[in-house]
Amino acid sequence: MKALKFANLLMIALALTVPAVGCKKKPTNVTPLPGQPGYVGDGGAAGLEGGGALGPGSETGAGGGPLADPSRFANMKPDREALAAYTVYFDFDSSVVRSSEQGKVAEVAASLNSSTANALRIEGHCDERGTEGYNLSLGERRALALREALVAAGVSADRMETISYGEERPADAGHDEIAWSKNRRGEFILLLP
Amino acid sequence: MKRPLQTLHLTLGLMLAASLASAQTELTITKTAGPGLDKPTLVSLSGFSGEVASVIQFDLYVQGFKFVSPEEAQYLISGSHAGNVQGRVTDRLVKQPLFSRSYSGASLRRQAHAFTDDVVQAIRPGSQGIAQTRIACKVESGANTEIYVADFDGFGATSITGGDKTLAKSPAWVPGRSALLYTSYKRGRPEIFRHDTSTGSRAVVAGYGGSNLMPAPSPDGSRVAMVLSKSGMVDLYVANADGSNLKQLTRSTEYESSPCWSPDGNWICFATQLKGGGRVLAKVSPAGGDVQRIRVAGVSRPSEPDWSPDGKWIAFTAQMGSFQLCVVPAEGGAATALSGGDDPSWAPNSRTVIFTRHGGGRQTLSLLDVPTKQVKDVPRISGSNNSQPAWAR
Repeated sequence: MKALKFANLLMIALALTVPAVGCKKKPTNVTPLPGQPGYVGDGGAAGLEGGGALGPGSETGAGGGPLADPSRFANMKPDREALAAYTVYFDFDSSVVRSSEQGKVAEVAASLNSSTANALRIEGHCDERGTEGYNLSLGERRALALREALVAAGVSADRMETISYGEERPADAGHDEIAWSKNRRGEFILLLP
Repeated sequence: MKRPLQTLHLTLGLMLAASLASAQTELTITKTAGPGLDKPTLVSLSGFSGEVASVIQFDLYVQGFKFVSPEEAQYLISGSHAGNVQGRVTDRLVKQPLFSRSYSGASLRRQAHAFTDDVVQAIRPGSQGIAQTRIACKVESGANTEIYVADFDGFGATSITGGDKTLAKSPAWVPGRSALLYTSYKRGRPEIFRHDTSTGSRAVVAGYGGSNLMPAPSPDGSRVAMVLSKSGMVDLYVANADGSNLKQLTRSTEYESSPCWSPDGNWICFATQLKGGGRVLAKVSPAGGDVQRIRVAGVSRPSEPDWSPDGKWIAFTAQMGSFQLCVVPAEGGAATALSGGDDPSWAPNSRTVIFTRHGGGRQTLSLLDVPTKQVKDVPRISGSNNSQPAWAR
Protein backbone atom coordinates (compact mmCIF):
# COMPACT_ATOMS: atom_id res chain seq x y z
CA MET A 1 0.00 0.00 0.00
CA LYS A 2 2.80 2.36 0.93
CA ALA A 3 4.62 1.59 -2.28
CA LEU A 4 1.45 2.30 -4.20
CA LYS A 5 1.01 5.64 -2.51
CA PHE A 6 4.58 6.57 -3.26
CA ALA A 7 4.15 5.54 -6.89
CA ASN A 8 1.08 7.76 -7.13
CA LEU A 9 2.87 10.71 -5.64
CA LEU A 10 5.73 10.13 -8.04
CA MET A 11 3.38 10.09 -11.00
CA ILE A 12 1.67 13.25 -9.87
CA ALA A 13 5.06 14.89 -9.38
CA LEU A 14 6.19 13.78 -12.83
CA ALA A 15 2.95 14.97 -14.40
CA LEU A 16 3.32 18.34 -12.75
CA THR A 17 6.74 18.84 -14.28
CA VAL A 18 5.45 18.26 -17.80
CA PRO A 19 3.88 21.67 -18.44
CA ALA A 20 7.05 23.44 -17.40
CA VAL A 21 8.88 21.57 -20.13
CA GLY A 22 6.16 21.37 -22.74
CA CYS A 23 4.65 24.81 -22.57
CA LYS A 24 7.04 27.38 -21.17
CA LYS A 25 4.96 30.29 -22.19
CA LYS A 26 1.70 29.76 -20.37
CA PRO A 27 1.92 26.95 -17.88
CA THR A 28 -1.49 27.78 -16.43
CA ASN A 29 -3.22 26.97 -19.69
CA VAL A 30 -2.43 23.31 -19.67
CA THR A 31 -4.03 20.60 -17.64
CA PRO A 32 -1.62 17.97 -16.46
CA LEU A 33 -3.33 14.70 -15.63
CA PRO A 34 -1.67 11.70 -14.09
CA GLY A 35 -1.62 9.51 -17.13
CA GLN A 36 -0.77 6.01 -16.03
CA PRO A 37 -3.40 3.29 -16.33
CA GLY A 38 -2.79 2.09 -12.78
CA TYR A 39 -3.28 5.52 -11.29
CA VAL A 40 -5.68 5.69 -8.39
CA GLY A 41 -6.52 9.32 -8.64
CA ASP A 42 -9.49 9.76 -6.47
CA GLY A 43 -10.95 8.33 -3.37
CA GLY A 44 -8.70 5.29 -3.30
CA ALA A 45 -5.50 4.89 -1.35
CA ALA A 46 -4.35 8.33 -2.36
CA GLY A 47 -7.85 9.74 -2.12
CA LEU A 48 -8.03 13.49 -1.76
CA GLU A 49 -10.58 13.50 1.00
CA GLY A 50 -11.98 16.97 0.91
CA GLY A 51 -8.62 18.22 -0.25
CA GLY A 52 -7.52 19.20 -3.72
CA ALA A 53 -8.65 22.45 -5.23
CA LEU A 54 -11.49 22.43 -7.69
CA GLY A 55 -10.78 24.75 -10.53
CA PRO A 56 -14.26 25.78 -11.62
CA GLY A 57 -15.98 28.81 -10.26
CA SER A 58 -13.89 31.91 -10.58
CA GLU A 59 -10.77 31.28 -12.59
CA THR A 60 -10.33 33.18 -15.82
CA GLY A 61 -7.46 33.18 -18.27
CA ALA A 62 -8.89 31.28 -21.22
CA GLY A 63 -5.78 31.01 -23.35
CA GLY A 64 -7.00 31.59 -26.88
CA GLY A 65 -9.98 33.78 -26.04
CA PRO A 66 -13.54 33.30 -27.31
CA LEU A 67 -14.16 31.34 -30.50
CA ALA A 68 -15.15 33.29 -33.61
CA ASP A 69 -18.72 33.14 -34.87
CA PRO A 70 -18.94 29.91 -36.89
CA SER A 71 -20.57 31.69 -39.82
CA ARG A 72 -17.14 33.17 -40.55
CA PHE A 73 -15.97 29.75 -41.80
CA ALA A 74 -19.22 28.52 -43.30
CA ASN A 75 -18.37 29.09 -46.97
CA MET A 76 -14.66 28.27 -46.85
CA LYS A 77 -13.24 25.20 -48.63
CA PRO A 78 -11.47 22.68 -46.43
CA ASP A 79 -8.11 21.36 -47.65
CA ARG A 80 -7.22 18.31 -45.55
CA GLU A 81 -3.95 17.64 -47.35
CA ALA A 82 -2.13 20.97 -47.06
CA LEU A 83 -1.22 20.63 -43.37
CA ALA A 84 -1.60 16.86 -42.97
CA ALA A 85 2.12 16.45 -42.27
CA TYR A 86 1.81 18.56 -39.11
CA THR A 87 -0.69 16.45 -37.16
CA VAL A 88 0.23 16.83 -33.49
CA TYR A 89 0.23 13.80 -31.19
CA PHE A 90 -0.56 13.83 -27.48
CA ASP A 91 0.37 11.76 -24.45
CA PHE A 92 -2.26 9.49 -22.94
CA ASP A 93 -5.01 11.48 -21.23
CA SER A 94 -3.16 14.78 -21.81
CA SER A 95 -3.89 17.99 -23.66
CA VAL A 96 -0.35 19.31 -23.20
CA VAL A 97 1.39 20.18 -26.49
CA ARG A 98 4.69 18.33 -26.11
CA SER A 99 7.88 20.24 -26.82
CA SER A 100 8.70 17.67 -29.53
CA GLU A 101 5.52 18.79 -31.36
CA GLN A 102 6.20 22.53 -31.20
CA GLY A 103 7.98 22.46 -34.57
CA LYS A 104 4.76 21.37 -36.27
CA VAL A 105 2.86 24.18 -34.59
CA ALA A 106 5.48 26.63 -35.88
CA GLU A 107 5.05 25.30 -39.45
CA VAL A 108 1.27 25.68 -39.27
CA ALA A 109 1.67 29.20 -37.87
CA ALA A 110 4.06 30.08 -40.71
CA SER A 111 1.57 28.81 -43.29
CA LEU A 112 -1.25 30.88 -41.84
CA ASN A 113 0.88 33.96 -41.36
CA SER A 114 1.98 33.84 -45.01
CA SER A 115 -1.54 33.81 -46.48
CA THR A 116 -3.85 35.80 -44.31
CA ALA A 117 -7.01 35.05 -46.31
CA ASN A 118 -6.86 31.42 -45.14
CA ALA A 119 -8.32 30.13 -41.93
CA LEU A 120 -7.82 26.96 -39.91
CA ARG A 121 -9.95 24.18 -38.50
CA ILE A 122 -8.40 22.22 -35.67
CA GLU A 123 -9.86 18.77 -34.95
CA GLY A 124 -9.21 17.16 -31.58
CA HIS A 125 -9.21 13.34 -31.33
CA CYS A 126 -8.73 10.76 -28.60
CA ASP A 127 -7.87 7.10 -28.30
CA GLU A 128 -10.62 4.70 -27.27
CA ARG A 129 -9.56 4.23 -23.68
CA GLY A 130 -11.49 7.03 -22.03
CA THR A 131 -15.27 7.04 -21.70
CA GLU A 132 -17.10 8.57 -24.65
CA GLY A 133 -18.29 11.55 -22.63
CA TYR A 134 -14.87 12.28 -21.18
CA ASN A 135 -13.21 11.92 -24.58
CA LEU A 136 -15.51 14.45 -26.21
CA SER A 137 -14.32 17.08 -23.75
CA LEU A 138 -10.69 15.97 -23.90
CA GLY A 139 -10.74 16.13 -27.72
CA GLU A 140 -11.98 19.70 -27.59
CA ARG A 141 -9.41 20.59 -24.92
CA ARG A 142 -6.66 19.27 -27.22
CA ALA A 143 -7.93 21.33 -30.15
CA LEU A 144 -8.04 24.39 -27.88
CA ALA A 145 -4.51 23.72 -26.59
CA LEU A 146 -3.27 23.78 -30.20
CA ARG A 147 -5.21 26.96 -30.83
CA GLU A 148 -3.51 28.55 -27.82
CA ALA A 149 -0.11 27.48 -29.10
CA LEU A 150 -0.89 29.03 -32.49
CA VAL A 151 -2.08 32.26 -30.87
CA ALA A 152 1.24 32.33 -29.02
CA ALA A 153 2.94 31.89 -32.42
CA GLY A 154 1.21 34.98 -33.75
CA VAL A 155 -1.91 33.60 -35.44
CA SER A 156 -5.05 35.62 -34.81
CA ALA A 157 -7.50 33.64 -32.63
CA ASP A 158 -10.51 34.51 -34.78
CA ARG A 159 -9.02 32.72 -37.79
CA MET A 160 -9.33 29.35 -36.09
CA GLU A 161 -12.24 27.04 -35.31
CA THR A 162 -12.11 23.92 -33.17
CA ILE A 163 -14.04 20.65 -33.36
CA SER A 164 -13.96 17.67 -31.05
CA TYR A 165 -14.50 14.22 -32.49
CA GLY A 166 -13.76 12.42 -29.23
CA GLU A 167 -12.87 8.81 -30.06
CA GLU A 168 -15.19 8.73 -33.09
CA ARG A 169 -12.62 9.07 -35.90
CA PRO A 170 -9.53 6.96 -35.11
CA ALA A 171 -6.61 7.29 -37.52
CA ASP A 172 -5.72 3.68 -36.78
CA ALA A 173 -8.49 1.14 -36.12
CA GLY A 174 -6.24 -1.08 -34.00
CA HIS A 175 -6.59 -1.69 -30.27
CA ASP A 176 -3.00 -1.43 -29.05
CA GLU A 177 -0.60 1.29 -27.96
CA ILE A 178 0.70 1.77 -31.51
CA ALA A 179 -2.81 2.54 -32.74
CA TRP A 180 -3.72 4.58 -29.67
CA SER A 181 -0.62 6.78 -30.01
CA LYS A 182 -1.72 7.64 -33.57
CA ASN A 183 -5.27 8.38 -32.46
CA ARG A 184 -4.45 10.87 -29.68
CA ARG A 185 -4.03 13.77 -32.04
CA GLY A 186 -4.90 17.21 -33.32
CA GLU A 187 -5.37 17.62 -37.08
CA PHE A 188 -5.03 20.89 -38.96
CA ILE A 189 -7.40 21.51 -41.87
CA LEU A 190 -6.64 24.56 -43.95
CA LEU A 191 -9.73 26.59 -44.84
CA LEU A 192 -9.51 28.41 -48.18
CA PRO A 193 -11.65 31.42 -49.07
CA MET B 1 -41.62 9.03 -20.38
CA LYS B 2 -44.10 6.24 -20.08
CA ARG B 3 -45.95 5.33 -23.22
CA PRO B 4 -49.42 4.38 -22.17
CA LEU B 5 -51.15 1.51 -23.83
CA GLN B 6 -54.00 3.50 -25.24
CA THR B 7 -55.61 0.84 -27.35
CA LEU B 8 -55.47 -1.69 -24.62
CA HIS B 9 -58.49 -2.37 -22.49
CA LEU B 10 -57.65 -3.64 -19.10
CA THR B 11 -60.22 -5.96 -17.73
CA LEU B 12 -59.86 -5.85 -14.03
CA GLY B 13 -60.30 -9.29 -12.59
CA LEU B 14 -60.69 -10.21 -9.02
CA MET B 15 -58.58 -8.15 -6.70
CA LEU B 16 -58.51 -10.47 -3.75
CA ALA B 17 -55.19 -9.10 -2.70
CA ALA B 18 -53.89 -6.96 0.10
CA SER B 19 -54.49 -8.93 3.22
CA LEU B 20 -52.44 -7.59 6.12
CA ALA B 21 -50.29 -10.67 6.10
CA SER B 22 -49.19 -10.29 2.51
CA ALA B 23 -48.66 -6.54 2.93
CA GLN B 24 -46.16 -7.30 5.65
CA THR B 25 -44.34 -9.83 3.52
CA GLU B 26 -44.15 -7.31 0.71
CA LEU B 27 -42.73 -4.66 2.97
CA THR B 28 -39.69 -6.72 3.87
CA ILE B 29 -39.09 -7.52 0.23
CA THR B 30 -39.15 -3.93 -0.97
CA LYS B 31 -36.57 -2.89 1.57
CA THR B 32 -33.15 -2.91 -0.10
CA ALA B 33 -29.93 -3.98 1.53
CA GLY B 34 -27.85 -1.78 -0.77
CA PRO B 35 -26.50 -1.86 -4.31
CA GLY B 36 -25.67 -5.41 -5.30
CA LEU B 37 -26.65 -6.88 -1.93
CA ASP B 38 -30.31 -7.72 -2.41
CA LYS B 39 -31.58 -11.22 -3.04
CA PRO B 40 -33.85 -11.46 -6.10
CA THR B 41 -37.57 -11.99 -5.63
CA LEU B 42 -38.26 -15.66 -6.38
CA VAL B 43 -41.12 -16.30 -8.78
CA SER B 44 -42.36 -19.18 -10.90
CA LEU B 45 -43.94 -18.91 -14.33
CA SER B 46 -46.46 -21.28 -15.87
CA GLY B 47 -48.97 -21.32 -18.68
CA PHE B 48 -47.11 -18.97 -21.02
CA SER B 49 -44.85 -19.84 -23.93
CA GLY B 50 -43.02 -18.31 -26.87
CA GLU B 51 -42.81 -14.53 -27.16
CA VAL B 52 -45.14 -13.86 -24.24
CA ALA B 53 -43.10 -16.03 -21.88
CA SER B 54 -39.80 -14.49 -22.98
CA VAL B 55 -41.17 -10.93 -22.62
CA ILE B 56 -42.38 -11.67 -19.08
CA GLN B 57 -39.06 -13.29 -18.14
CA PHE B 58 -36.97 -10.49 -19.63
CA ASP B 59 -39.05 -7.70 -18.07
CA LEU B 60 -39.02 -9.20 -14.60
CA TYR B 61 -35.40 -10.40 -14.58
CA VAL B 62 -34.05 -6.88 -15.12
CA GLN B 63 -36.21 -5.67 -12.22
CA GLY B 64 -34.76 -8.13 -9.73
CA PHE B 65 -37.01 -11.18 -10.14
CA LYS B 66 -35.62 -14.68 -10.54
CA PHE B 67 -37.46 -17.64 -12.04
CA VAL B 68 -37.44 -20.82 -10.00
CA SER B 69 -39.65 -23.88 -9.53
CA PRO B 70 -43.09 -23.38 -7.91
CA GLU B 71 -41.82 -25.10 -4.75
CA GLU B 72 -39.05 -22.50 -4.30
CA ALA B 73 -41.04 -19.48 -5.45
CA GLN B 74 -42.60 -16.90 -3.19
CA TYR B 75 -44.98 -15.80 -5.93
CA LEU B 76 -46.59 -17.94 -8.59
CA ILE B 77 -47.15 -16.20 -11.91
CA SER B 78 -49.50 -18.07 -14.20
CA GLY B 79 -51.85 -17.47 -17.06
CA SER B 80 -52.46 -18.09 -20.72
CA HIS B 81 -52.30 -16.27 -24.04
CA ALA B 82 -54.83 -17.95 -26.27
CA GLY B 83 -55.92 -14.90 -28.26
CA ASN B 84 -55.06 -12.50 -25.49
CA VAL B 85 -52.92 -12.44 -22.38
CA GLN B 86 -54.56 -13.46 -19.14
CA GLY B 87 -52.45 -13.58 -16.03
CA ARG B 88 -52.54 -13.88 -12.29
CA VAL B 89 -50.14 -13.75 -9.40
CA THR B 90 -50.46 -15.72 -6.20
CA ASP B 91 -48.50 -15.33 -3.01
CA ARG B 92 -47.53 -18.95 -2.36
CA LEU B 93 -46.75 -18.46 1.31
CA VAL B 94 -50.09 -16.96 2.29
CA LYS B 95 -51.94 -18.75 -0.55
CA GLN B 96 -53.62 -15.53 -1.62
CA PRO B 97 -54.11 -14.40 -5.22
CA LEU B 98 -52.75 -10.84 -5.60
CA PHE B 99 -54.58 -10.16 -8.83
CA SER B 100 -56.01 -11.74 -11.92
CA ARG B 101 -56.41 -9.80 -15.13
CA SER B 102 -56.91 -10.17 -18.84
CA TYR B 103 -55.57 -7.85 -21.51
CA SER B 104 -56.72 -7.07 -25.03
CA GLY B 105 -55.80 -4.91 -28.00
CA ALA B 106 -52.41 -3.86 -29.40
CA SER B 107 -50.23 -7.00 -29.63
CA LEU B 108 -49.52 -9.97 -27.41
CA ARG B 109 -46.11 -8.44 -26.77
CA ARG B 110 -47.66 -5.19 -25.49
CA GLN B 111 -50.18 -7.10 -23.43
CA ALA B 112 -47.34 -9.08 -21.84
CA HIS B 113 -45.51 -5.84 -20.99
CA ALA B 114 -48.67 -4.41 -19.42
CA PHE B 115 -49.08 -7.61 -17.39
CA THR B 116 -45.51 -7.46 -16.04
CA ASP B 117 -46.05 -3.85 -14.96
CA ASP B 118 -49.05 -5.08 -12.97
CA VAL B 119 -46.98 -7.93 -11.53
CA VAL B 120 -44.32 -5.50 -10.31
CA GLN B 121 -46.91 -3.20 -8.79
CA ALA B 122 -48.71 -6.07 -7.04
CA ILE B 123 -45.58 -7.63 -5.56
CA ARG B 124 -43.85 -4.36 -4.71
CA PRO B 125 -46.65 -1.94 -3.87
CA GLY B 126 -45.76 1.65 -4.61
CA SER B 127 -43.10 0.83 -7.15
CA GLN B 128 -43.38 1.41 -10.84
CA GLY B 129 -42.84 -1.14 -13.61
CA ILE B 130 -40.64 -0.21 -16.56
CA ALA B 131 -42.02 -2.61 -19.17
CA GLN B 132 -43.67 0.13 -21.24
CA THR B 133 -40.83 2.67 -21.19
CA ARG B 134 -38.59 3.83 -24.03
CA ILE B 135 -34.88 4.34 -24.56
CA ALA B 136 -32.68 6.16 -27.05
CA CYS B 137 -29.13 5.28 -28.01
CA LYS B 138 -26.32 5.84 -30.48
CA VAL B 139 -25.91 3.26 -33.24
CA GLU B 140 -22.79 2.97 -35.38
CA SER B 141 -23.59 2.70 -39.06
CA GLY B 142 -20.42 2.53 -41.14
CA ALA B 143 -18.46 5.73 -40.55
CA ASN B 144 -21.57 7.50 -39.26
CA THR B 145 -23.61 7.27 -36.10
CA GLU B 146 -27.35 7.64 -35.71
CA ILE B 147 -29.76 8.18 -32.86
CA TYR B 148 -32.32 5.40 -32.43
CA VAL B 149 -35.34 5.23 -30.19
CA ALA B 150 -36.77 1.88 -29.06
CA ASP B 151 -38.72 0.11 -26.35
CA PHE B 152 -36.54 -0.40 -23.27
CA ASP B 153 -35.89 -4.00 -24.38
CA GLY B 154 -34.63 -2.89 -27.81
CA PHE B 155 -37.82 -3.86 -29.61
CA GLY B 156 -39.41 -1.63 -32.27
CA ALA B 157 -36.30 0.47 -32.86
CA THR B 158 -36.37 3.34 -35.35
CA SER B 159 -33.66 5.76 -36.40
CA ILE B 160 -34.55 9.42 -36.02
CA THR B 161 -31.39 10.75 -37.71
CA GLY B 162 -30.98 8.23 -40.51
CA GLY B 163 -31.09 10.76 -43.31
CA ASP B 164 -28.28 12.91 -41.95
CA LYS B 165 -25.31 10.68 -42.94
CA THR B 166 -23.13 12.21 -40.26
CA LEU B 167 -22.23 11.77 -36.60
CA ALA B 168 -25.04 12.07 -34.07
CA LYS B 169 -24.44 11.33 -30.40
CA SER B 170 -25.22 11.91 -26.72
CA PRO B 171 -29.03 11.52 -26.88
CA ALA B 172 -31.03 12.70 -23.86
CA TRP B 173 -34.82 12.67 -23.45
CA VAL B 174 -36.69 15.74 -22.39
CA PRO B 175 -38.45 14.32 -19.30
CA GLY B 176 -42.10 13.49 -19.86
CA ARG B 177 -42.11 14.52 -23.52
CA SER B 178 -41.63 12.95 -26.92
CA ALA B 179 -38.51 15.01 -27.51
CA LEU B 180 -34.79 14.40 -27.44
CA LEU B 181 -31.71 16.56 -27.32
CA TYR B 182 -28.51 15.33 -28.96
CA THR B 183 -25.33 16.50 -30.65
CA SER B 184 -25.20 16.27 -34.44
CA TYR B 185 -22.40 17.15 -36.87
CA LYS B 186 -24.90 17.57 -39.72
CA ARG B 187 -23.82 21.18 -40.34
CA GLY B 188 -20.13 20.26 -40.21
CA ARG B 189 -19.54 20.88 -36.51
CA PRO B 190 -20.92 19.46 -33.27
CA GLU B 191 -24.09 21.36 -32.44
CA ILE B 192 -26.94 20.62 -30.05
CA PHE B 193 -30.38 19.96 -31.53
CA ARG B 194 -33.80 19.48 -30.03
CA HIS B 195 -35.76 16.82 -31.91
CA ASP B 196 -39.49 16.34 -31.49
CA THR B 197 -40.05 12.63 -32.16
CA SER B 198 -43.78 12.98 -32.80
CA THR B 199 -43.44 15.62 -35.53
CA GLY B 200 -39.81 15.04 -36.60
CA SER B 201 -39.12 18.77 -36.34
CA ARG B 202 -35.70 19.93 -35.22
CA ALA B 203 -34.25 23.15 -33.83
CA VAL B 204 -30.70 24.21 -32.94
CA VAL B 205 -30.34 24.74 -29.20
CA ALA B 206 -26.60 25.57 -29.25
CA GLY B 207 -24.53 26.23 -32.38
CA TYR B 208 -21.75 28.37 -30.98
CA GLY B 209 -18.17 28.49 -32.16
CA GLY B 210 -16.14 25.48 -31.03
CA SER B 211 -17.90 22.30 -29.89
CA ASN B 212 -21.44 22.12 -28.48
CA LEU B 213 -21.65 18.87 -26.52
CA MET B 214 -23.57 16.60 -24.17
CA PRO B 215 -26.97 18.26 -23.61
CA ALA B 216 -28.93 17.38 -20.44
CA PRO B 217 -32.52 18.62 -20.11
CA SER B 218 -33.64 19.61 -16.60
CA PRO B 219 -36.25 17.41 -14.85
CA ASP B 220 -39.04 19.91 -15.63
CA GLY B 221 -37.83 20.28 -19.22
CA SER B 222 -37.52 24.05 -18.96
CA ARG B 223 -33.71 24.24 -19.12
CA VAL B 224 -30.74 22.46 -20.60
CA ALA B 225 -27.24 21.92 -19.20
CA MET B 226 -24.46 21.40 -21.75
CA VAL B 227 -20.73 21.56 -22.37
CA LEU B 228 -19.56 24.35 -24.70
CA SER B 229 -16.15 25.66 -25.74
CA LYS B 230 -17.30 29.04 -27.05
CA SER B 231 -15.23 30.92 -24.48
CA GLY B 232 -12.02 29.21 -25.60
CA MET B 233 -12.23 26.73 -22.74
CA VAL B 234 -14.37 23.64 -22.23
CA ASP B 235 -16.94 24.67 -19.63
CA LEU B 236 -20.40 23.85 -18.28
CA TYR B 237 -23.34 26.05 -19.27
CA VAL B 238 -27.08 26.17 -18.66
CA ALA B 239 -29.75 27.76 -20.85
CA ASN B 240 -33.50 27.79 -21.36
CA ALA B 241 -34.86 24.79 -23.26
CA ASP B 242 -34.66 26.69 -26.56
CA GLY B 243 -31.06 27.77 -25.90
CA SER B 244 -31.86 31.34 -24.86
CA ASN B 245 -30.66 32.94 -21.63
CA LEU B 246 -27.28 31.18 -21.70
CA LYS B 247 -25.34 31.16 -18.45
CA GLN B 248 -21.78 29.94 -17.88
CA LEU B 249 -21.43 27.83 -14.71
CA THR B 250 -17.71 26.94 -14.70
CA ARG B 251 -14.69 28.95 -15.80
CA SER B 252 -11.59 26.83 -15.73
CA THR B 253 -8.81 25.33 -17.75
CA GLU B 254 -10.06 21.90 -16.70
CA TYR B 255 -12.65 20.32 -18.93
CA GLU B 256 -16.12 19.40 -17.80
CA SER B 257 -18.17 16.55 -19.28
CA SER B 258 -21.45 14.62 -19.06
CA PRO B 259 -23.77 16.89 -17.05
CA CYS B 260 -26.93 15.46 -15.43
CA TRP B 261 -29.53 16.94 -13.07
CA SER B 262 -30.68 16.06 -9.59
CA PRO B 263 -34.40 15.19 -9.77
CA ASP B 264 -35.33 18.31 -7.76
CA GLY B 265 -33.52 20.46 -10.33
CA ASN B 266 -31.31 22.05 -7.66
CA TRP B 267 -28.01 20.59 -8.86
CA ILE B 268 -26.16 19.79 -12.03
CA CYS B 269 -23.69 16.95 -11.54
CA PHE B 270 -20.79 16.51 -13.97
CA ALA B 271 -17.29 15.11 -14.40
CA THR B 272 -14.24 17.39 -14.11
CA GLN B 273 -10.67 17.41 -12.80
CA LEU B 274 -8.87 18.76 -9.81
CA LYS B 275 -6.18 21.31 -10.47
CA GLY B 276 -3.01 19.39 -11.11
CA GLY B 277 -4.91 16.27 -12.08
CA GLY B 278 -7.21 13.67 -10.62
CA ARG B 279 -10.68 13.17 -11.98
CA VAL B 280 -13.71 13.87 -9.85
CA LEU B 281 -17.46 14.17 -9.89
CA ALA B 282 -18.76 17.57 -8.86
CA LYS B 283 -22.00 19.50 -8.68
CA VAL B 284 -23.03 23.12 -9.09
CA SER B 285 -26.32 24.96 -8.72
CA PRO B 286 -27.90 25.91 -12.07
CA ALA B 287 -28.09 29.41 -10.59
CA GLY B 288 -24.27 29.44 -10.41
CA GLY B 289 -21.95 29.57 -7.41
CA ASP B 290 -19.34 27.30 -5.96
CA VAL B 291 -18.58 23.94 -7.45
CA GLN B 292 -18.77 21.18 -4.84
CA ARG B 293 -17.02 17.89 -5.09
CA ILE B 294 -18.97 14.64 -4.79
CA ARG B 295 -16.66 12.20 -3.11
CA VAL B 296 -16.46 8.72 -4.63
CA ALA B 297 -14.33 6.54 -2.36
CA GLY B 298 -12.87 3.24 -3.45
CA VAL B 299 -12.83 3.67 -7.22
CA SER B 300 -10.85 5.86 -9.60
CA ARG B 301 -11.40 8.15 -12.58
CA PRO B 302 -15.15 8.74 -12.36
CA SER B 303 -17.05 10.12 -15.35
CA GLU B 304 -20.50 9.94 -17.02
CA PRO B 305 -22.68 10.46 -13.91
CA ASP B 306 -26.45 9.95 -13.92
CA TRP B 307 -28.61 10.89 -10.92
CA SER B 308 -31.35 8.41 -9.98
CA PRO B 309 -34.94 9.71 -10.32
CA ASP B 310 -35.56 9.11 -6.58
CA GLY B 311 -32.58 11.38 -5.83
CA LYS B 312 -30.68 8.84 -3.75
CA TRP B 313 -27.91 7.56 -6.02
CA ILE B 314 -25.53 8.64 -8.72
CA ALA B 315 -24.50 5.96 -11.20
CA PHE B 316 -21.25 6.61 -13.08
CA THR B 317 -18.34 5.01 -14.91
CA ALA B 318 -15.06 4.38 -13.12
CA GLN B 319 -11.91 3.54 -15.01
CA MET B 320 -9.74 1.00 -13.31
CA GLY B 321 -7.98 -0.87 -16.08
CA SER B 322 -11.42 -1.40 -17.62
CA PHE B 323 -14.69 0.50 -17.39
CA GLN B 324 -16.65 -0.28 -14.23
CA LEU B 325 -20.26 0.66 -13.68
CA CYS B 326 -20.59 2.12 -10.18
CA VAL B 327 -23.11 3.76 -7.89
CA VAL B 328 -22.46 6.16 -5.03
CA PRO B 329 -24.89 7.86 -2.61
CA ALA B 330 -25.86 11.20 -4.16
CA GLU B 331 -24.27 13.08 -1.25
CA GLY B 332 -20.99 11.22 -1.91
CA GLY B 333 -19.31 8.40 -0.04
CA ALA B 334 -18.28 4.84 -0.70
CA ALA B 335 -18.81 3.79 -4.29
CA THR B 336 -19.89 0.28 -5.26
CA ALA B 337 -18.70 -1.28 -8.52
CA LEU B 338 -21.49 -3.44 -9.91
CA SER B 339 -20.53 -4.60 -13.40
CA GLY B 340 -18.11 -4.06 -16.24
CA GLY B 341 -19.39 -1.38 -18.61
CA ASP B 342 -19.94 2.36 -18.94
CA ASP B 343 -22.32 5.25 -19.53
CA PRO B 344 -25.24 4.36 -17.22
CA SER B 345 -28.75 5.80 -17.46
CA TRP B 346 -31.37 5.15 -14.76
CA ALA B 347 -34.82 3.76 -15.47
CA PRO B 348 -37.82 5.58 -13.96
CA ASN B 349 -37.94 2.89 -11.25
CA SER B 350 -34.60 4.07 -9.78
CA ARG B 351 -33.36 0.47 -9.66
CA THR B 352 -32.69 -0.65 -13.24
CA VAL B 353 -29.86 0.96 -15.20
CA ILE B 354 -29.13 0.71 -18.91
CA PHE B 355 -25.46 0.90 -19.86
CA THR B 356 -22.92 -0.03 -22.54
CA ARG B 357 -21.14 -3.35 -22.21
CA HIS B 358 -17.89 -4.03 -24.06
CA GLY B 359 -17.27 -7.58 -25.18
CA GLY B 360 -16.47 -9.59 -28.27
CA GLY B 361 -15.04 -6.49 -29.91
CA ARG B 362 -18.42 -4.79 -29.76
CA GLN B 363 -20.42 -2.38 -27.69
CA THR B 364 -23.78 -3.76 -26.58
CA LEU B 365 -26.56 -2.20 -24.54
CA SER B 366 -27.19 -4.04 -21.33
CA LEU B 367 -29.57 -3.78 -18.38
CA LEU B 368 -28.49 -3.98 -14.74
CA ASP B 369 -30.80 -4.39 -11.76
CA VAL B 370 -28.77 -2.42 -9.21
CA PRO B 371 -30.05 -4.06 -5.96
CA THR B 372 -29.47 -7.64 -7.19
CA LYS B 373 -26.73 -7.07 -9.81
CA GLN B 374 -28.73 -9.13 -12.32
CA VAL B 375 -27.55 -8.21 -15.84
CA LYS B 376 -29.10 -8.96 -19.22
CA ASP B 377 -28.11 -7.71 -22.67
CA VAL B 378 -30.55 -5.78 -24.82
CA PRO B 379 -30.85 -7.42 -28.27
CA ARG B 380 -28.88 -5.47 -30.88
CA ILE B 381 -30.80 -2.38 -31.93
CA SER B 382 -29.17 -2.07 -35.35
CA GLY B 383 -25.78 -1.60 -37.03
CA SER B 384 -22.61 -2.60 -35.22
CA ASN B 385 -21.80 -0.81 -31.96
CA ASN B 386 -24.72 0.31 -29.79
CA SER B 387 -23.84 2.79 -27.04
CA GLN B 388 -24.80 5.96 -25.13
CA PRO B 389 -28.18 4.68 -23.92
CA ALA B 390 -30.65 7.18 -22.45
CA TRP B 391 -33.78 6.10 -20.61
CA ALA B 392 -36.93 8.12 -21.15
CA ARG B 393 -38.35 9.14 -17.79
